[in-house]
Amino acid sequence: MKILVCISKSPDTTAKIAFTDNNTKFATDGVQWIINPYDEWYALVKAIEIKEKDPATVIHLVTVGLADAEPVIRKALALGGDEAIRINAESQDSFYIASQIAEVARQGNYDLVFTGKETIDYNSASIGGMVAELLGLPYVSLALSFEINGTKAIIGREIEGGEETDEVEIPAVVSCQKGMAEARIPNMRGIMAARTKPLKVQEPVAADSLTSIVSFELPPAKAGVKMIPADNPGELVRILHEEVKII
Amino acid sequence: MSVLIFIDHSDGQVKKGALEALSYGTQLAARLGVAAEGVLLGALPDAGQLGKYGVTKIHQVDNDALHHLDGQVFTAVIAQVVEATGAKVIVFSNNSDGKAIAPRLSARLKAAFVSGAIALPDTANGFVVKKSVFSGKAFANVSLNTEVKIIGLNPNSFAVTASGSGTAEVISFNATVDASKVKVLSTNKIKDEVPLGEAEIVVSGGRGLKGPENWGMIEELAKLLGAATACSRPVSDTHWRPHHEHVGQTGLAIAPNLYIAIGISGAIQHLAGVNRSKTIVVINKDPEAPFFKAADYGIVGDAFEVVPKVIEEVKKLKGVA
Ligand SMILES: Cc1cc2nc3c(=O)[nH]c(=O)nc-3n(C[C@H](O)[C@H](O)[C@H](O)COP(=O)(O)OP(=O)(O)OC[C@H]3O[C@@H](n4cnc5c(N)ncnc54)[C@H](O)[C@@H]3O)c2cc1C
Repeated sequence: MKILVCISKSPDTTAKIAFTDNNTKFATDGVQWIINPYDEWYALVKAIEIKEKDPATVIHLVTVGLADAEPVIRKALALGGDEAIRINAESQDSFYIASQIAEVARQGNYDLVFTGKETIDYNSASIGGMVAELLGLPYVSLALSFEINGTKAIIGREIEGGEETDEVEIPAVVSCQKGMAEARIPNMRGIMAARTKPLKVQEPVAADSLTSIVSFELPPAKAGVKMIPADNPGELVRILHEEVKII
Repeated sequence: MSVLIFIDHSDGQVKKGALEALSYGTQLAARLGVAAEGVLLGALPDAGQLGKYGVTKIHQVDNDALHHLDGQVFTAVIAQVVEATGAKVIVFSNNSDGKAIAPRLSARLKAAFVSGAIALPDTANGFVVKKSVFSGKAFANVSLNTEVKIIGLNPNSFAVTASGSGTAEVISFNATVDASKVKVLSTNKIKDEVPLGEAEIVVSGGRGLKGPENWGMIEELAKLLGAATACSRPVSDTHWRPHHEHVGQTGLAIAPNLYIAIGISGAIQHLAGVNRSKTIVVINKDPEAPFFKAADYGIVGDAFEVVPKVIEEVKKLKGVA
């Protein structure tokens, strides 16, 4: 089994969200970068679990980003994975990024391509589906569980108000979320090993960007909280009924 | 030229996300001065009545292979409808099915795609759509730079409006349907519960509730309000509650009209997934809990005393014994 895991860097979950250059750029000053949690906790750890069961499994990581993405990809290698590929390009357009990943996937002949269900910065949940379409492969989005069964995979996926279990032909593309695996922390051995694992840098292939970000905005500030005494919950119910008109 | 809306349905019911997409798509079509049409895959009784949301035609492809979702097969069929009708904007709900299809269609048609849209596009200068980014902490205005455009509308972001009393003409569309590489083995829907992503009201519990045995009052309040239940991440990590209830930056992002947070501190990662809720009520015994800063209404008190009283008051209001 040969698995390609897509890794994106994203700002730490406590990072201050602010914008510069007339609200056209995310202010990266002082921001700590982490592996996008869905990529790390679910996509990568699931691939590692598959390799633990079947040591012949090969795991490659891919990221599309400039040199500043390397600490994050090394951190991913410290958790597991045999080698990493960085496509030396920066883009916010999903189709451009997906085109790069599809090219890597094509070259490497992978059985499985794993992504996180979305990134926590752009929340687009698009890369997996686009990669699958570019490769002509089946795609299971929002996967909650995954087992290999011969040439097929048994995958649980989220649907509105429940879960569906699918049997899918491999090769396939899967976007991963909670339930797929339990998050881990890298150990010292992994961190040492990651230093010598290959990290190949490749130039991007020509691809179009279909979208562009014009500007960012922050939500308007809340008006402030109205406190209600604990001994008068009737007042809360009255407000929600008469003023907010929601219950 | 038209706006084409994907009519997502299951068990003979049009999903709430699809009704929102229909309302959005017909308003967009009116603004662009073009027709709003639907695309419907599989069987749905009485589809013509969706005309009341403003669609004039519904292109239906029914075939056994379309009775379960395979994004690859669906995408190929929708692409044929787009081509035949000359649709210029395709609208999906950004729900779980939308996420399986819309990005594929974007890659197939090389059509610009924005997922997580929360408002109608600004067409004064190009075609710019506001979407939620940074897990609800900010918005981005995204320009769609191709002739054909695809929009994934975030659930609970756009009001469902029946704009007419018309009946849509349901047209059987002749499409090539590929063999599916996906077989559905089983479907497990949580009965009698409102899907969390679609819920108007959500009652949510955190670690302050001490243990899973104390969720009776959360469930009772939710039931009385017709609400869905949710929880903070540590609550689902410790398996007090199922994974699908986890909301926040690394769980589900929701935008109900009312979010009631009980025994949740309001960590930044939790707020990220819930701060698009229209009204937030916080019940917490610690007056310094950060959640109060993000709340509209707050009660400082012990949940085990306050919540039963709230339940009594709601029962009085609803006339339930
Ligand atoms: C990368 C990352 C991602 C994360 N993603 C998420 C996410 O998606 N969602 C999420 O929720 N968290 C997330 N977290 C965790 C988050 O930081 C908090 O730890 C978590 O939200 C806290 O959960 P809690 O409020 O239930 O528990 P606590 O922080 O322990 O708060 C419990 C609260 O209950 C109150 N309380 C106690 N007893 C009572 C009582 N009897 N009556 C009333 N109130 C009481 C306390 O005053 C306290 O405010 C993430 C963290 C990281 C690092």
